[in-house]
Amino acid sequence: MSRLRNIVYNCRQATYLIEKRLVGKITFREKVQLHIHFYGCSVCKLFNKQSSMINAMVKQLLIKNGQPDLKLDEDFKADMQHRIEDELNKK
Amino acid sequence: MLPNQTIDPRQWVKNHADYMYTYALSRISDEEQARDLVQETFLAALERIDKFEGKSSERTWLTAILKNKIVDVYRKKSSGLISTDTLKEVHDMQEFFWEDGHWREDHQPKHFGVEDHDPLHNKEFNQVLQKCMQKLPALWLAVFTMKHMDDEPTNVICTQLKVSDSNFWVIIHRTKVNLRACLQKNWI
Repeated sequence: MSRLRNIVYNCRQATYLIEKRLVGKITFREKVQLHIHFYGCSVCKLFNKQSSMINAMVKQLLIKNGQPDLKLDEDFKADMQHRIEDELNKK
Repeated sequence: MLPNQTIDPRQWVKNHADYMYTYALSRISDEEQARDLVQETFLAALERIDKFEGKSSERTWLTAILKNKIVDVYRKKSSGLISTDTLKEVHDMQEFFWEDGHWREDHQPKHFGVEDHDPLHNKEFNQVLQKCMQKLPALWLAVFTMKHMDDEPTNVICTQLKVSDSNFWVIIHRTKVNLRACLQKNWI
């Protein structure tokens, strides 16, 4: 009972389980506890929604939805090209 | 044996430099460092060009080398540990939750107001998110980035960054609570 109380009334624990569920696995028992918590706690429900949204946004920062790549400075590129040619000529 | 994929270092800069720069910059947010990493990657790749077996594309092969270099940067940054990390604007869990685990009223999550308006394509909101990520301690950001951007398996992250399994979950939790709070503070 005390363990159940822990999660059902504990937002700190609930948010921990929310994060654990998002990137890994939680047990069936933990899932049930989390659902009971959500039932009585709209704040953690909101946290859950926002947390998933943040994850989706972070992922998107990388995928960029087909946006073009950033451009590396042309001088720097030319310099790199030279260094590569030099190395190749050494061989 | 002929490789399936060809490799031509003279075309690397033209074909892959921008891509690799973008890749590095989105993971370390330091233009100069990202630039240097691209260069180091090309030079390191030249040295072991005979190891290229043509099993993957040239770009995949180069990106794998770059990725290792990025992890090295993460490792270096986070091994400075407390000295640099205490400067970052993070809060202890006690500041968010009461002893009994309830949210402190002033730190309770509130609606951002963007949840139902396609937040993923809200440019300003994304910028706030990136700024907030930069405020995280180096080790947290490294764990967070490897997990969420690159979907690395947890055990790989733990090994590469020398973090214990239980510490990994503590970091994941604390990072998100802080990141979310930072968004709320700087957006609403």
